[in-house]
Amino acid sequence: MIFSSPETIEEAAALLAADAEARPLAGGTDLLVRLRARQIAPSAIVDLKRIPELREITEESGGWRIGAAVPSAQMNEHAALKSAWPGVCEGADLIGSTQIQGRCTVAGNLCNAGPAADSVPCLVAAGAVARIAGPTGTRDLPVEDIPTGPGKTALKPGEFVASILLPAPAARQGSAYLRFTPRTEMDIAVAGVGIALSLDGAGKIETARIALGAVGPKVIVADEAAQTLIGTTGDDAALDALSQDASAAATPISDKRGTAEFRREVIGVLAKRAAKIALTRAKGDTA
Amino acid sequence: MPKDEYQSRAFNIVGTRPIRPDGIDKVTGKARYGADMTAPGMLWGAILRSPHAHARIKSIDTSEAEAMKGVKAVITRADFPKLDLDPGMADILDNSMAGEKALYDGHAVAAVAASSKSLAYAALDAIKVEYEVLPHVVDVDLAMKPDAPVIHAARQDETVPEGLSENVTSRSQYGHGDPEEGFKKADLVIERHFTTAATHQGYIEPNACLAQMGADGQGDLFVCTQGHYMVRDTCAEILGLEAGKLRVTASEIGGGFGGKTHIWMEPVALMLSMKSGKPVKLVLTRDEVFRATGPTSSSSTDIKIGMTKDGKITAATGTFRLQSGAYPGATAFLSAMCGFAPYDLEHVRTEGLEVMTNRPKAAAYRAPGSPMAAYAVESVIDELCQKLDLDPLETRLKNAAREGTKSAYGPTYPAIGLEATLKAAQEHPHWTAPLGENQGRGVACGFWFNFGGNTSVNLMVNPDGTVSLSEGNPDIGGSRASMSMMAAEELGIPLDQVRCVISDTGSLGLNDVTDGSRVTFAVGLATIKAARHAIEIMKTRAAMKWGIEPEAVDWVDGAAVPAGPNAGKFPPMSIKEIAAIAANTGGPIAGHCEANAEGAGVSFATHMVDTEVDPETGAVKVLRYTVFQDAGKAIHPDYVEGQFQGGAAQGIGWALNEEYIHDEDGRLLNAGFLDYRIPVASDLPMIEPVILEIPNPGHPYGVRGVGETSIVPPLAAIANSVSRGAGVRLTSLPMSPPKIRAAVKAG
Repeated sequence: MIFSSPETIEEAAALLAADAEARPLAGGTDLLVRLRARQIAPSAIVDLKRIPELREITEESGGWRIGAAVPSAQMNEHAALKSAWPGVCEGADLIGSTQIQGRCTVAGNLCNAGPAADSVPCLVAAGAVARIAGPTGTRDLPVEDIPTGPGKTALKPGEFVASILLPAPAARQGSAYLRFTPRTEMDIAVAGVGIALSLDGAGKIETARIALGAVGPKVIVADEAAQTLIGTTGDDAALDALSQDASAAATPISDKRGTAEFRREVIGVLAKRAAKIALTRAKGDTA
Repeated sequence: MPKDEYQSRAFNIVGTRPIRPDGIDKVTGKARYGADMTAPGMLWGAILRSPHAHARIKSIDTSEAEAMKGVKAVITRADFPKLDLDPGMADILDNSMAGEKALYDGHAVAAVAASSKSLAYAALDAIKVEYEVLPHVVDVDLAMKPDAPVIHAARQDETVPEGLSENVTSRSQYGHGDPEEGFKKADLVIERHFTTAATHQGYIEPNACLAQMGADGQGDLFVCTQGHYMVRDTCAEILGLEAGKLRVTASEIGGGFGGKTHIWMEPVALMLSMKSGKPVKLVLTRDEVFRATGPTSSSSTDIKIGMTKDGKITAATGTFRLQSGAYPGATAFLSAMCGFAPYDLEHVRTEGLEVMTNRPKAAAYRAPGSPMAAYAVESVIDELCQKLDLDPLETRLKNAAREGTKSAYGPTYPAIGLEATLKAAQEHPHWTAPLGENQGRGVACGFWFNFGGNTSVNLMVNPDGTVSLSEGNPDIGGSRASMSMMAAEELGIPLDQVRCVISDTGSLGLNDVTDGSRVTFAVGLATIKAARHAIEIMKTRAAMKWGIEPEAVDWVDGAAVPAGPNAGKFPPMSIKEIAAIAANTGGPIAGHCEANAEGAGVSFATHMVDTEVDPETGAVKVLRYTVFQDAGKAIHPDYVEGQFQGGAAQGIGWALNEEYIHDEDGRLLNAGFLDYRIPVASDLPMIEPVILEIPNPGHPYGVRGVGETSIVPPLAAIANSVSRGAGVRLTSLPMSPPKIRAAVKAG
């Protein structure tokens, strides 16, 4: 196995393009686990952590660009990012454990394409866009289009996600991520909901985006559920409708982590609870 | 009164909380665990495991693996000597390396030793095994049916009634009186069926060893185990060696909880070393630990209890069916003994049924058999209290066993501490604290026998007067600290003058496994006796120096003194002064004790827990937890409290989330800590330990074992709490969120 540590995006893209069996390495919290469990045997590993711009969180057009090698702990120590997109940061803060969060990245979480990835639903709700680097240059793709199914992505040979752009938050915006796990920590979501919404001057919900995790082969953008909220104040009736719509949008399976019926119920409960948190945040209250 | 029986006394060191002697090594990484040992020329071992729950092994082709460069040995069952082993030993060998059949997903079928770990794994991939897949069964109730796939034929004993599958290997019965008469006197009789899932001991350190067999027939084994003498004797017998030729050294141990009281892969490592002529290190992965070691039994239980309106139990019966995994096992009889042990019953009958399934051989797990029995019994008592509007603590007190009670399993109790734990629970502020919406408070009692057993201790007085203490039980719960404390107490010297080590099998007489909560009791007893032996020798040396009779010398505060004015006027002679002249007064000074300790006192606990149920998701939050347990005498209270808290924590996991999940082919789907959910720190409240001390009459300081009783009540205490909080009685563990949500919906 060849291990290389390129210092530029172009160099990394060339290395990955040259070997179809090569794998990019950021935090390694999925890759190294699989390697040790002998589930994969890549011919080459291309470490992205020596590429300076991939280690940074930079402001861009009022939003934030997060490099592919930025660990989730760094996001949660970035006060401005956390204040702009609390839901995204709290999703990143739930991956693995405190130790894992010193290494794991949201780009890796996205490209691992696990249906239950904790950082993905709120990235989707936030309208984040991934910048993909490859042998022929870069292209941008909405994050929800990166995973195409369990373990599968829209990345072409030689391509890797170099960064993720979170847009500038709207005025009176709130975001939140809630998941359900049998344990409080160190667990995989049985169901997860990311939500971003904003209020108009009168306190009515003006925009809303909701994404569901772990209840389908990939993250689900629940547009109808979001539409239910728009124009309401997020009152109990609206939240009950949201809950039902979210359950209806889910396409879960039964597996060792939960039954389809349980997941469908819980995703509705989480949608309602996450919306309440996002509303509180949009109103500027602390939550 | 013989001096080894309990005598009330004041203590200087016992009962204090000194810093543990093994702490710094453990937190700095200096401590050597099973995988930390290496040897020159060492090879790496790896085991090929069956992917099938039940399959006939038609052929194994190892030729390609053997031809690989760097592969030094490949073994299958054919490499082990064909000896006339008794059935229990033959089962251990068969579990270490499958013979004609693979009996569970993960059963070892071949092994390799190679010059690197990756090469060893590559060699495993090169071994070709042809299987004929057989029908399998993993569920205990299904395995009992007459048409169930049979794991082993002809292993049933004469106690099993007709009409059951050959998988049912044994039936045990206990009790007295006539329950049918007793039920007639009851105002309410409740009969319920309960199930519990198999749970793993969840020790953090995976099983590991380093084996070195020499061409001269002598061998050394460094291994993570709860009992290195057991490892020596078993491996020697299976491999046809003489026990004295094999020296086994126990590593530091990262948890065992009963799971390391068995043999898993040590004979494989020794055989690989024998065949390759090199030292072989074998370290299991977590996946292998889950698939092929432990766990405890899953269970299916029927309980029937009758009670009068004022809370007197009139009769009780129980049938406990425990799956023992792929070999005949025996913990259902312990369920049948323990379930009703806390109560003074006129009419009680229990039976235990041992049932084979296509799962890993069931292993001991902290009070084996007792937690699932207490779960079922204490759940029915709680439901009776609810329906008869009775106070659950008062009702238990009304029926509590006490000194003189004929226990449900036969013997009559000496002084015991159950009532003390119940009264302490009543008086604790937890009992009367207010509860909120969706919250419930559960209580439950639990019992464990505790054990004594074969024990050897050496206590050496060094030339400078310090003391080297050798025990032969792996220190899994703080025994080096507590033995040092008891030795220092008895000798009357400061604690820092004693260092305790765990000796190998070549350095000390036989020691039974660290199990049955036996060590603080039995090794403590032997340590005190060894210290008393050394004191007698030191008194003789002082007498020699003073020119008086040894009987005229007393031992006071770490020094020999004349017994009275008639003995003569001599200043006290300290242990250091006596040690300094040892060479001139008869040579080295050492006390020792070899005994099969009896008199282990039974132990009882009462647990109290508050939980809150989220009715929309079925999630349970444990809010408050208090353990009341009789320790006899707490030598080092920190460790005793740790045992109380640890048992409660493991019980919380067992009650709420831990289970083995199999697919329809009998393969284990959750062989890792991600999906086998032991509680993490944030899942637990601070567990408050309340130590009661009702002295054990059979120990000089009154010690009772404490390590196991603490896992007996939690399953029931949490089930009672959740059932009260959710407003619906739950009868199946784990009470995972989907199960609770479904029960709440069904109302």
